[in-house]
Amino acid sequence: MAERPKKTFLYLNRKAPYGTIYALESLEVVLIGAAFEQDVSLAFLDDGVFQIVEGQDASALGMKNFSKTYRALGDFEVRKLYVERESLAERGLSEADLMPIMWEDEDEDYAEKPSIRLVDRSEMTRLIGAADVVLSF
Amino acid sequence: MKFAVVVNEGPYTHQASDSALQFVKAALDKGHEIFRVFFYHDGVNNGTRLTVPPQDDRNLQRAWSEIALTRNVDLVVCIAAAQRRGILDANEAKRQGKDADNIAPGFRISGLGQLIEAGIEADRVVVFGD
Repeated sequence: MAERPKKTFLYLNRKAPYGTIYALESLEVVLIGAAFEQDVSLAFLDDGVFQIVEGQDASALGMKNFSKTYRALGDFEVRKLYVERESLAERGLSEADLMPIMWEDEDEDYAEKPSIRLVDRSEMTRLIGAADVVLSF
Repeated sequence: MKFAVVVNEGPYTHQASDSALQFVKAALDKGHEIFRVFFYHDGVNNGTRLTVPPQDDRNLQRAWSEIALTRNVDLVVCIAAAQRRGILDANEAKRQGKDADNIAPGFRISGLGQLIEAGIEADRVVVFGD
């Protein structure tokens, strides 16, 4: 596996974090997949943008608040989280509502850099088209 | 072409499993290779041998088992998703202290790495979901 070129994996997250299990189980794939050393990106669009909103409290639901896991993605070499600008705006959200998700750049004395990149819909379309493997959740 | 197929919904409630099955058959009939079918989320419920659909309806689990056994298609049920939803093979049932197993013929239980590997090995990954 080491000899062959990396593939670009794009995980499409389209659903809200707690109404269904898709977000949680998608994250489980991302964490396992990180061990395979591919070129990994996550995309958040539609209600998927709610997955990375700051200040989630799932206690009244009786469900585990797994949102902290997104903040640990940098430790798994997952550094590209694309968020669709239109999906945020359609839901009355902005970048300020999102969790700060960072990764440490070992080449620059472990400087913290943001993993979240806002992209517009046409750029999201391009990213999906350019990926080798698109796993949609 | 070498395809990997992902099934993210259970039988009957959603059409995803039907569509995936028809895709797999059509691809094989056209001479393509199916590297693996990976069942995730409620898709793992396609792999229980205990379903009893009405006699005048299609039997999805049996159709999947047949395609695995007659055309040598690798059907993999995600272990973490399966444990949540009560899909067990004999080994897992023993390991978890359960009194029964229910995995259907032709399916096997394995980890999420099998999904990533399928993405790496296949020319195309086709996801069937809601």
